[in-house]
Amino acid sequence: MGELSPLGLLRDGLAWVLVLGGSGFMLVGGLGVLRMPDFYTRQHAAGITDTSAAALILFALLLFAPDFLVAAKLVLILMFLLLTSPTASHALAQAAVASGVVPLADDWRTGENREAGRESAKDAGAGSGPASGERQ
Amino acid sequence: MLFAVASLAVAVSMLFALIRALAGPSVFDRILAVNMFGTKTVLLIAIAGFFMGRPEFLDIALAYALINFIGTIAVMKFFRYRTLGLPRGGEDLGDL
Repeated sequence: MGELSPLGLLRDGLAWVLVLGGSGFMLVGGLGVLRMPDFYTRQHAAGITDTSAAALILFALLLFAPDFLVAAKLVLILMFLLLTSPTASHALAQAAVASGVVPLADDWRTGENREAGRESAKDAGAGSGPASGERQ
Repeated sequence: MLFAVASLAVAVSMLFALIRALAGPSVFDRILAVNMFGTKTVLLIAIAGFFMGRPEFLDIALAYALINFIGTIAVMKFFRYRTLGLPRGGEDLGDL
């Protein structure tokens, strides 16, 4: 990435844009996984890093591929990530719903909390998620 | 420099995911964090291969992506059905 041809400069600039965007998504998603109040919102934050950040960083790496085989492997990794990550997210959310994890949001029909004895979310990050095995 | 920035962001995000995996209140939080950690590992291996000038690392990243997906599905199946074989009860439970 040291040459000063116009094409090299264009490639470096585009790669910087992609890497900075991907790193921003990555840090925001990691912070969201650490700080979001319940399981489903954390899963939303993790989904950002699994799709947007991974795709942007892999596209940035694709600009530096020396030959066709490396580019094909990068595209293959990107395809696998884009196929498997939403599948894993869907299966995980389905398993959580089937096992009785209650979302933190209010019911959209009645406007009341789904979970009756929930304390106010003052320690949102630490321990307010419902236990895994309980059924409502 | 470019690859250093990318790998630093991925490493910081991996640290956050690891904290969530250790402190997650439910088992689904831990599975989510471990799955996210595995995806970040794939990215980190790919970036490290380009960083050291050896893009052959992409083979390892490709294998790791597949193993990560299979491992996540297997752990979720175990925690839902309590077995890794066929589901024990019911005939319409085998969709996970």
